[in-house]
Amino acid sequence: MNDADIRKEVVALIRSVAPEVEESDLASSLPLREQIDLDSMDWLKVILAVHEKLHVDIPEADYGKLRSLDDWVSYLCRRLA
Amino acid sequence: MIELKLPAMGAEMEEGKLLQWLVKPGDKVKRGDVVAVVDTTKAAVDVESWDEGIVHELRVPVGDTVPVGTVIATLLAPGESAPPPGAAPIAPAAAPVAPAPSRKAVSPAARARAKSLGVDVEGLSGTGPQGAVTVEDVERAAAAAKPADRASEMRRAIGAAMSRSKREIPHYYLAETIPMARAAEWLAAENARRSVADRLLMGVVQLKAVAVALARTPELNGFWRDGAFVASSAIHVGVAISIRGGGLVAPAIHDVDRKSLGDLMRELSDLVTRARAGSLRSSEMSDPTITVTNLGESGAEAVHGVIYPPQVAIVGFGRVSMRPWADEAGVLRAMPLVTATLAADHRVSDGMRGARFLTELRERLQQPEAL
Repeated sequence: MNDADIRKEVVALIRSVAPEVEESDLASSLPLREQIDLDSMDWLKVILAVHEKLHVDIPEADYGKLRSLDDWVSYLCRRLA
Repeated sequence: MIELKLPAMGAEMEEGKLLQWLVKPGDKVKRGDVVAVVDTTKAAVDVESWDEGIVHELRVPVGDTVPVGTVIATLLAPGESAPPPGAAPIAPAAAPVAPAPSRKAVSPAARARAKSLGVDVEGLSGTGPQGAVTVEDVERAAAAAKPADRASEMRRAIGAAMSRSKREIPHYYLAETIPMARAAEWLAAENARRSVADRLLMGVVQLKAVAVALARTPELNGFWRDGAFVASSAIHVGVAISIRGGGLVAPAIHDVDRKSLGDLMRELSDLVTRARAGSLRSSEMSDPTITVTNLGESGAEAVHGVIYPPQVAIVGFGRVSMRPWADEAGVLRAMPLVTATLAADHRVSDGMRGARFLTELRERLQQPEAL
Protein backbone atom coordinates (compact mmCIF):
# COMPACT_ATOMS: atom_id res chain seq x y z
CA MET A 1 0.00 0.00 0.00
CA ASN A 2 1.33 3.43 -0.84
CA ASP A 3 0.53 6.67 0.98
CA ALA A 4 -2.46 7.44 -1.22
CA ASP A 5 -3.96 3.96 -0.65
CA ILE A 6 -3.51 4.25 3.10
CA ARG A 7 -5.07 7.70 3.15
CA LYS A 8 -8.06 6.44 1.17
CA GLU A 9 -8.48 3.48 3.51
CA VAL A 10 -8.26 5.61 6.68
CA VAL A 11 -10.84 8.07 5.35
CA ALA A 12 -13.15 5.17 4.44
CA LEU A 13 -12.79 3.71 7.95
CA ILE A 14 -13.47 7.10 9.56
CA ARG A 15 -16.54 7.44 7.37
CA SER A 16 -17.74 4.02 8.54
CA VAL A 17 -17.93 5.55 12.03
CA ALA A 18 -18.89 9.11 11.03
CA PRO A 19 -20.83 8.76 7.77
CA GLU A 20 -21.47 12.49 7.43
CA VAL A 21 -17.76 13.25 6.85
CA GLU A 22 -16.71 14.23 3.31
CA GLU A 23 -13.10 13.67 2.36
CA SER A 24 -12.96 17.08 0.72
CA ASP A 25 -13.80 18.67 4.10
CA LEU A 26 -10.73 17.20 5.79
CA ALA A 27 -7.55 19.23 5.98
CA SER A 28 -4.71 16.68 6.09
CA SER A 29 -2.49 18.49 8.53
CA LEU A 30 -5.09 19.64 11.09
CA PRO A 31 -6.19 17.53 14.09
CA LEU A 32 -9.05 15.27 12.98
CA ARG A 33 -11.00 15.60 16.19
CA GLU A 34 -11.10 19.37 15.79
CA GLN A 35 -12.56 18.98 12.32
CA ILE A 36 -15.08 16.23 12.84
CA ASP A 37 -17.33 15.15 15.64
CA LEU A 38 -15.57 12.07 17.04
CA ASP A 39 -16.07 11.29 20.72
CA SER A 40 -13.97 8.77 22.70
CA MET A 41 -16.24 5.91 21.71
CA ASP A 42 -16.09 6.87 18.01
CA TRP A 43 -12.31 7.13 18.26
CA LEU A 44 -12.12 3.62 19.70
CA LYS A 45 -14.32 2.36 16.87
CA VAL A 46 -11.94 3.90 14.29
CA ILE A 47 -8.95 2.25 16.00
CA LEU A 48 -10.81 -1.07 16.02
CA ALA A 49 -11.80 -0.69 12.35
CA VAL A 50 -8.15 -0.05 11.41
CA HIS A 51 -7.14 -3.10 13.43
CA GLU A 52 -9.69 -5.31 11.69
CA LYS A 53 -9.11 -4.01 8.17
CA LEU A 54 -5.37 -3.41 8.10
CA HIS A 55 -4.37 -5.79 10.92
CA VAL A 56 -2.42 -3.11 12.75
CA ASP A 57 -2.69 -3.29 16.53
CA ILE A 58 -2.35 0.30 17.75
CA PRO A 59 -1.40 0.44 21.45
CA GLU A 60 -3.24 3.02 23.51
CA ALA A 61 0.08 4.73 24.20
CA ASP A 62 0.25 5.64 20.50
CA TYR A 63 -3.18 7.30 20.30
CA GLY A 64 -1.55 10.65 20.95
CA LYS A 65 0.57 10.31 17.80
CA LEU A 66 -2.52 10.05 15.61
CA ARG A 67 -3.84 13.58 15.52
CA SER A 68 -4.12 14.50 11.84
CA LEU A 69 -4.77 12.51 8.69
CA ASP A 70 -1.09 13.01 7.80
CA ASP A 71 -0.13 11.49 11.18
CA TRP A 72 -2.31 8.45 10.46
CA VAL A 73 -0.75 7.94 7.03
CA SER A 74 2.86 8.17 8.21
CA TYR A 75 2.15 6.01 11.29
CA LEU A 76 0.42 3.26 9.31
CA CYS A 77 3.01 3.48 6.53
CA ARG A 78 5.69 2.74 9.13
CA ARG A 79 3.71 -0.02 10.82
CA LEU A 80 2.77 -1.71 7.54
CA ALA A 81 6.31 -1.58 6.16
CA MET B 1 -56.57 -10.93 29.98
CA ILE B 2 -53.31 -8.99 30.09
CA GLU B 3 -53.32 -5.52 28.59
CA LEU B 4 -50.15 -4.38 26.86
CA LYS B 5 -49.97 -0.59 27.00
CA LEU B 6 -47.82 1.83 25.07
CA PRO B 7 -45.07 2.70 27.59
CA ALA B 8 -43.69 6.21 28.09
CA MET B 9 -40.21 5.93 26.63
CA GLY B 10 -38.80 9.12 28.07
CA ALA B 11 -40.37 11.89 30.11
CA GLU B 12 -41.30 13.99 27.12
CA MET B 13 -43.08 11.24 25.22
CA GLU B 14 -46.84 11.76 24.99
CA GLU B 15 -47.69 9.60 22.01
CA GLY B 16 -46.18 7.11 19.62
CA LYS B 17 -46.84 5.94 16.09
CA LEU B 18 -47.08 2.21 15.52
CA LEU B 19 -44.65 1.35 12.73
CA GLN B 20 -44.68 -2.41 12.75
CA TRP B 21 -46.12 -5.41 14.58
CA LEU B 22 -43.60 -8.18 15.13
CA VAL B 23 -46.18 -10.61 16.56
CA LYS B 24 -49.60 -11.81 15.47
CA PRO B 25 -52.57 -13.27 17.36
CA GLY B 26 -51.71 -16.76 18.59
CA ASP B 27 -47.99 -16.04 19.02
CA LYS B 28 -46.40 -16.92 22.35
CA VAL B 29 -44.46 -14.08 23.99
CA LYS B 30 -42.37 -13.96 27.10
CA ARG B 31 -41.22 -11.07 29.21
CA GLY B 32 -38.69 -8.97 27.29
CA ASP B 33 -39.77 -10.11 23.80
CA VAL B 34 -40.05 -7.30 21.28
CA VAL B 35 -43.63 -7.11 20.04
CA ALA B 36 -43.79 -3.89 18.05
CA VAL B 37 -41.77 -0.99 16.70
CA VAL B 38 -43.03 2.45 17.70
CA ASP B 39 -41.86 5.82 16.46
CA THR B 40 -41.34 8.37 19.22
CA THR B 41 -40.18 11.89 18.49
CA LYS B 42 -36.64 10.74 19.17
CA ALA B 43 -36.29 7.37 17.51
CA ALA B 44 -37.96 4.18 16.39
CA VAL B 45 -38.08 2.08 19.56
CA ASP B 46 -38.67 -1.65 20.02
CA VAL B 47 -41.56 -2.15 22.45
CA GLU B 48 -41.16 -5.17 24.70
CA SER B 49 -43.79 -7.24 26.46
CA TRP B 50 -43.71 -7.04 30.27
CA ASP B 51 -45.64 -10.28 30.64
CA GLU B 52 -45.76 -13.80 29.40
CA GLY B 53 -48.72 -15.04 27.40
CA ILE B 54 -50.29 -15.64 24.04
CA VAL B 55 -51.13 -12.70 21.80
CA HIS B 56 -54.92 -12.34 21.65
CA GLU B 57 -55.63 -9.07 19.87
CA LEU B 58 -53.60 -6.35 18.19
CA ARG B 59 -55.66 -3.26 18.86
CA VAL B 60 -53.70 -0.57 17.04
CA PRO B 61 -53.20 -0.78 13.28
CA VAL B 62 -49.84 0.05 11.74
CA GLY B 63 -49.58 3.74 10.99
CA ASP B 64 -51.84 4.92 13.84
CA THR B 65 -50.59 7.40 16.43
CA VAL B 66 -51.85 6.73 19.96
CA PRO B 67 -51.26 8.35 23.38
CA VAL B 68 -48.96 6.80 25.99
CA GLY B 69 -50.94 4.33 28.13
CA THR B 70 -53.17 3.15 25.26
CA VAL B 71 -53.78 -0.59 25.23
CA ILE B 72 -52.07 -1.63 22.01
CA ALA B 73 -52.54 -5.38 22.38
CA THR B 74 -54.01 -7.96 24.71
CA LEU B 75 -52.41 -11.21 25.83
CA LEU B 76 -53.96 -14.33 27.26
CA ALA B 77 -52.19 -15.32 30.46
CA PRO B 78 -50.78 -18.86 30.52
CA GLY B 79 -53.75 -21.18 31.03
CA GLU B 80 -56.32 -18.52 30.16
CA SER B 81 -58.69 -19.30 27.31
CA ALA B 82 -59.91 -16.78 24.76
CA PRO B 83 -63.17 -15.00 25.59
CA PRO B 84 -65.97 -15.09 22.99
CA PRO B 85 -65.41 -12.58 20.20
CA GLY B 86 -65.99 -9.11 21.60
CA ALA B 87 -66.57 -5.67 20.22
CA ALA B 88 -62.92 -4.67 20.11
CA PRO B 89 -61.70 -4.48 16.53
CA ILE B 90 -58.73 -6.57 15.58
CA ALA B 91 -56.17 -4.65 13.65
CA PRO B 92 -54.74 -6.45 10.66
CA ALA B 93 -51.39 -7.98 11.49
CA ALA B 94 -48.48 -7.00 9.31
CA ALA B 95 -48.15 -10.47 7.82
CA PRO B 96 -45.98 -10.69 4.75
CA VAL B 97 -47.95 -11.42 1.60
CA ALA B 98 -46.70 -12.87 -1.65
CA PRO B 99 -46.07 -9.99 -4.02
CA ALA B 100 -47.64 -9.85 -7.45
CA PRO B 101 -44.97 -10.85 -9.96
CA SER B 102 -44.74 -7.54 -11.76
CA ARG B 103 -44.81 -5.41 -8.62
CA LYS B 104 -41.95 -4.51 -6.36
CA ALA B 105 -41.94 -6.62 -3.16
CA VAL B 106 -43.06 -4.29 -0.38
CA SER B 107 -44.42 -5.41 2.97
CA PRO B 108 -47.89 -4.00 3.76
CA ALA B 109 -46.45 -2.26 6.81
CA ALA B 110 -43.75 -0.66 4.67
CA ARG B 111 -46.30 0.43 2.08
CA ALA B 112 -48.48 2.04 4.77
CA ARG B 113 -45.48 3.75 6.34
CA ALA B 114 -44.25 4.95 2.95
CA LYS B 115 -47.66 6.48 2.28
CA SER B 116 -47.71 8.33 5.59
CA LEU B 117 -44.14 9.59 5.08
CA GLY B 118 -44.60 10.45 1.42
CA VAL B 119 -41.85 8.08 0.26
CA ASP B 120 -42.01 6.48 -3.19
CA VAL B 121 -41.46 2.76 -2.55
CA GLU B 122 -40.86 2.02 -6.24
CA GLY B 123 -37.64 3.99 -6.06
CA LEU B 124 -36.26 2.07 -3.06
CA SER B 125 -34.02 -0.97 -2.96
CA GLY B 126 -35.17 -3.46 -0.34
CA THR B 127 -33.12 -5.26 2.31
CA GLY B 128 -35.86 -7.74 3.36
CA PRO B 129 -36.35 -11.34 2.21
CA GLN B 130 -36.06 -11.60 -1.60
CA GLY B 131 -35.16 -7.92 -1.73
CA ALA B 132 -38.49 -6.83 -0.23
CA VAL B 133 -38.77 -3.23 0.89
CA THR B 134 -39.19 -3.18 4.68
CA VAL B 135 -40.40 -0.53 7.12
CA GLU B 136 -36.73 0.09 7.95
CA ASP B 137 -35.92 0.79 4.29
CA VAL B 138 -38.77 3.30 4.15
CA GLU B 139 -37.68 4.91 7.42
CA ARG B 140 -34.12 5.20 6.19
CA ALA B 141 -35.22 6.83 2.96
CA ALA B 142 -37.46 9.25 4.86
CA ALA B 143 -34.71 10.07 7.36
CA ALA B 144 -32.23 10.70 4.55
CA ALA B 145 -34.68 12.96 2.79
CA LYS B 146 -35.63 15.02 5.84
CA PRO B 147 -32.82 15.08 8.43
CA ALA B 148 -33.74 18.58 9.53
CA ASP B 149 -37.27 17.52 10.52
CA ARG B 150 -36.06 14.70 12.75
CA ALA B 151 -33.52 17.02 14.38
CA SER B 152 -36.10 19.72 15.00
CA GLU B 153 -38.60 17.20 16.41
CA MET B 154 -35.94 15.90 18.77
CA ARG B 155 -35.01 19.43 19.78
CA ARG B 156 -38.65 20.12 20.60
CA ALA B 157 -38.89 16.91 22.66
CA ILE B 158 -35.73 17.76 24.61
CA GLY B 159 -37.05 21.27 25.18
CA ALA B 160 -40.34 19.91 26.53
CA ALA B 161 -38.66 17.48 28.95
CA MET B 162 -36.10 19.99 30.18
CA SER B 163 -38.73 22.74 30.59
CA ARG B 164 -40.84 20.38 32.68
CA SER B 165 -37.78 19.48 34.74
CA LYS B 166 -36.84 23.10 35.41
CA ARG B 167 -40.46 24.01 36.17
CA GLU B 168 -41.20 21.13 38.54
CA ILE B 169 -37.93 19.98 40.09
CA PRO B 170 -36.18 22.16 42.69
CA HIS B 171 -32.62 21.34 41.65
CA TYR B 172 -29.61 21.77 43.88
CA TYR B 173 -26.09 21.58 42.48
CA LEU B 174 -22.80 20.34 43.91
CA ALA B 175 -19.36 19.89 42.40
CA GLU B 176 -16.23 18.01 43.44
CA THR B 177 -12.77 18.02 41.87
CA ILE B 178 -11.49 14.45 41.78
CA PRO B 179 -7.83 13.43 41.26
CA MET B 180 -7.68 10.90 38.43
CA ALA B 181 -3.99 9.89 38.47
CA ARG B 182 -4.66 6.47 40.00
CA ALA B 183 -7.59 5.72 37.73
CA ALA B 184 -5.63 6.87 34.65
CA GLU B 185 -2.56 4.79 35.55
CA TRP B 186 -4.66 1.74 36.31
CA LEU B 187 -6.62 2.14 33.06
CA ALA B 188 -3.47 2.55 30.95
CA ALA B 189 -2.00 -0.65 32.42
CA GLU B 190 -5.31 -2.48 32.04
CA ASN B 191 -5.72 -1.40 28.41
CA ALA B 192 -2.12 -2.32 27.59
CA ARG B 193 -2.93 -5.94 28.39
CA ARG B 194 -6.33 -5.92 26.68
CA SER B 195 -6.85 -6.50 22.95
CA VAL B 196 -8.00 -3.55 20.82
CA ALA B 197 -11.59 -4.82 20.87
CA ASP B 198 -11.67 -5.10 24.67
CA ARG B 199 -10.15 -1.78 25.70
CA LEU B 200 -12.02 0.31 28.25
CA LEU B 201 -12.90 3.98 28.24
CA MET B 202 -12.52 6.15 31.32
CA GLY B 203 -16.23 6.88 30.94
CA VAL B 204 -17.01 3.27 31.80
CA VAL B 205 -14.84 3.38 34.93
CA GLN B 206 -16.69 6.55 35.98
CA LEU B 207 -20.07 4.95 35.22
CA LYS B 208 -19.36 1.97 37.45
CA ALA B 209 -18.00 4.22 40.22
CA VAL B 210 -21.28 6.19 40.18
CA ALA B 211 -23.35 3.00 40.48
CA VAL B 212 -21.23 1.63 43.32
CA ALA B 213 -21.22 4.95 45.17
CA LEU B 214 -25.03 5.13 44.96
CA ALA B 215 -25.34 2.17 47.33
CA ARG B 216 -24.74 4.57 50.25
CA THR B 217 -27.14 7.27 49.06
CA PRO B 218 -30.24 5.46 47.83
CA GLU B 219 -32.26 8.71 47.85
CA LEU B 220 -30.56 9.71 44.59
CA ASN B 221 -31.63 6.56 42.78
CA GLY B 222 -35.30 6.20 41.82
CA PHE B 223 -38.33 8.18 40.74
CA TRP B 224 -40.57 11.02 41.89
CA ARG B 225 -44.07 9.70 41.26
CA ASP B 226 -47.47 11.01 42.39
CA GLY B 227 -45.99 13.40 44.89
CA ALA B 228 -43.60 10.97 46.57
CA PHE B 229 -40.15 9.44 46.08
CA VAL B 230 -39.98 5.79 45.13
CA ALA B 231 -36.47 4.40 45.64
CA SER B 232 -35.22 1.79 43.22
CA SER B 233 -33.34 -1.26 44.43
CA ALA B 234 -31.91 -1.76 40.94
CA ILE B 235 -29.40 0.73 39.56
CA HIS B 236 -30.20 1.38 35.89
CA VAL B 237 -28.00 4.23 34.71
CA GLY B 238 -29.23 6.37 31.82
CA VAL B 239 -26.28 7.35 29.64
CA ALA B 240 -26.58 10.61 27.73
CA ILE B 241 -25.58 9.85 24.12
CA SER B 242 -25.29 12.60 21.55
CA ILE B 243 -26.84 11.95 18.16
CA ARG B 244 -24.94 12.87 14.99
CA GLY B 245 -26.52 15.94 13.51
CA GLY B 246 -27.87 17.14 16.86
CA GLY B 247 -29.89 16.02 19.85
CA LEU B 248 -29.39 13.37 22.50
CA VAL B 249 -31.00 10.35 24.09
CA ALA B 250 -30.32 8.82 27.51
CA PRO B 251 -31.15 5.10 27.42
CA ALA B 252 -30.32 2.88 30.39
CA ILE B 253 -27.66 0.30 31.01
CA HIS B 254 -29.28 -2.07 33.49
CA ASP B 255 -27.80 -3.18 36.85
CA VAL B 256 -24.59 -1.22 36.37
CA ASP B 257 -23.45 -1.87 39.95
CA ARG B 258 -23.43 -5.62 39.32
CA LYS B 259 -21.62 -5.75 35.97
CA SER B 260 -17.90 -5.98 35.20
CA LEU B 261 -16.16 -3.10 33.43
CA GLY B 262 -15.71 -5.30 30.36
CA ASP B 263 -19.43 -6.06 30.19
CA LEU B 264 -20.30 -2.40 30.72
CA MET B 265 -17.95 -1.37 27.92
CA ARG B 266 -19.55 -3.84 25.50
CA GLU B 267 -23.04 -2.71 26.50
CA LEU B 268 -22.16 0.97 26.19
CA SER B 269 -20.62 0.45 22.76
CA ASP B 270 -23.71 -1.44 21.62
CA LEU B 271 -26.02 1.19 23.11
CA VAL B 272 -24.22 4.06 21.35
CA THR B 273 -24.41 2.21 18.03
CA ARG B 274 -28.11 1.44 18.46
CA ALA B 275 -28.99 4.90 19.75
CA ARG B 276 -27.48 6.44 16.63
CA ALA B 277 -29.12 3.87 14.35
CA GLY B 278 -32.48 4.51 16.06
CA SER B 279 -33.05 0.99 17.40
CA LEU B 280 -33.42 1.27 21.16
CA ARG B 281 -35.68 -0.92 23.31
CA SER B 282 -38.62 0.43 25.30
CA SER B 283 -37.21 -0.77 28.63
CA GLU B 284 -33.94 1.07 27.94
CA MET B 285 -35.82 4.29 27.28
CA SER B 286 -38.31 4.07 30.16
CA ASP B 287 -36.46 2.82 33.19
CA PRO B 288 -33.21 4.68 33.96
CA THR B 289 -33.13 5.33 37.72
CA ILE B 290 -30.44 8.04 37.44
CA THR B 291 -28.55 9.62 34.53
CA VAL B 292 -24.84 10.17 33.91
CA THR B 293 -23.71 12.73 31.38
CA ASN B 294 -20.07 12.59 30.37
CA LEU B 295 -18.51 15.25 28.18
CA GLY B 296 -15.48 13.08 27.44
CA GLU B 297 -12.06 14.18 26.33
CA SER B 298 -13.05 17.06 24.09
CA GLY B 299 -15.73 18.53 26.34
CA ALA B 300 -15.81 21.41 28.79
CA GLU B 301 -14.34 21.30 32.28
CA ALA B 302 -17.68 20.78 34.03
CA VAL B 303 -21.32 20.10 33.19
CA HIS B 304 -24.26 21.00 35.42
CA GLY B 305 -27.05 18.69 34.28
CA VAL B 306 -30.80 19.08 34.16
CA ILE B 307 -32.60 16.12 35.78
CA TYR B 308 -34.68 13.89 33.50
CA PRO B 309 -38.08 13.54 35.17
CA PRO B 310 -39.24 11.34 36.86
CA GLN B 311 -35.63 10.69 37.97
CA VAL B 312 -34.27 12.67 40.90
CA ALA B 313 -30.57 13.10 40.10
CA ILE B 314 -28.06 13.49 37.30
CA VAL B 315 -24.29 13.12 37.63
CA GLY B 316 -21.97 15.00 35.26
CA PHE B 317 -18.33 14.47 34.37
CA GLY B 318 -16.29 17.11 32.56
CA ARG B 319 -13.06 16.55 30.66
CA VAL B 320 -10.17 14.91 32.50
CA SER B 321 -7.33 17.42 32.21
CA MET B 322 -3.98 18.27 33.75
CA ARG B 323 -4.42 21.02 36.33
CA PRO B 324 -2.57 22.26 39.43
CA TRP B 325 -3.29 20.21 42.56
CA ALA B 326 -1.98 20.47 46.10
CA ASP B 327 -1.46 16.97 47.55
CA GLU B 328 -1.85 15.92 51.21
CA ALA B 329 1.65 17.20 52.02
CA GLY B 330 0.79 20.60 50.57
CA VAL B 331 3.01 20.15 47.54
CA LEU B 332 1.71 21.72 44.36
CA ARG B 333 1.94 19.56 41.26
CA ALA B 334 0.28 18.88 37.92
CA MET B 335 -2.39 16.19 38.20
CA PRO B 336 -5.10 14.79 35.92
CA LEU B 337 -8.34 16.04 37.47
CA VAL B 338 -12.01 15.73 36.68
CA THR B 339 -14.86 17.88 37.93
CA ALA B 340 -17.79 15.67 38.92
CA THR B 341 -21.11 17.37 39.51
CA LEU B 342 -24.41 16.35 40.98
CA ALA B 343 -27.77 17.94 40.28
CA ALA B 344 -30.40 16.46 42.59
CA ASP B 345 -34.04 16.95 43.53
CA HIS B 346 -34.48 18.93 46.76
CA ARG B 347 -37.87 17.31 47.36
CA VAL B 348 -35.98 14.06 48.00
CA SER B 349 -32.51 14.87 49.32
CA ASP B 350 -30.37 17.67 50.72
CA GLY B 351 -26.91 18.98 49.93
CA MET B 352 -25.36 17.08 52.83
CA ARG B 353 -26.46 13.74 51.37
CA GLY B 354 -25.50 14.82 47.88
CA ALA B 355 -22.04 15.76 49.14
CA ARG B 356 -21.74 12.35 50.75
CA PHE B 357 -22.39 10.77 47.37
CA LEU B 358 -19.69 12.87 45.66
CA THR B 359 -17.21 12.02 48.44
CA GLU B 360 -17.98 8.34 48.01
CA LEU B 361 -17.58 8.71 44.23
CA ARG B 362 -14.17 10.33 44.71
CA GLU B 363 -13.05 7.47 46.98
CA ARG B 364 -14.26 4.81 44.57
CA LEU B 365 -12.25 6.41 41.77
CA GLN B 366 -9.13 6.15 43.93
CA GLN B 367 -9.53 2.37 43.95
CA PRO B 368 -10.22 1.58 40.29
CA GLU B 369 -9.03 -2.01 40.65
CA ALA B 370 -11.97 -2.71 42.96
CA LEU B 371 -14.57 -1.56 40.41
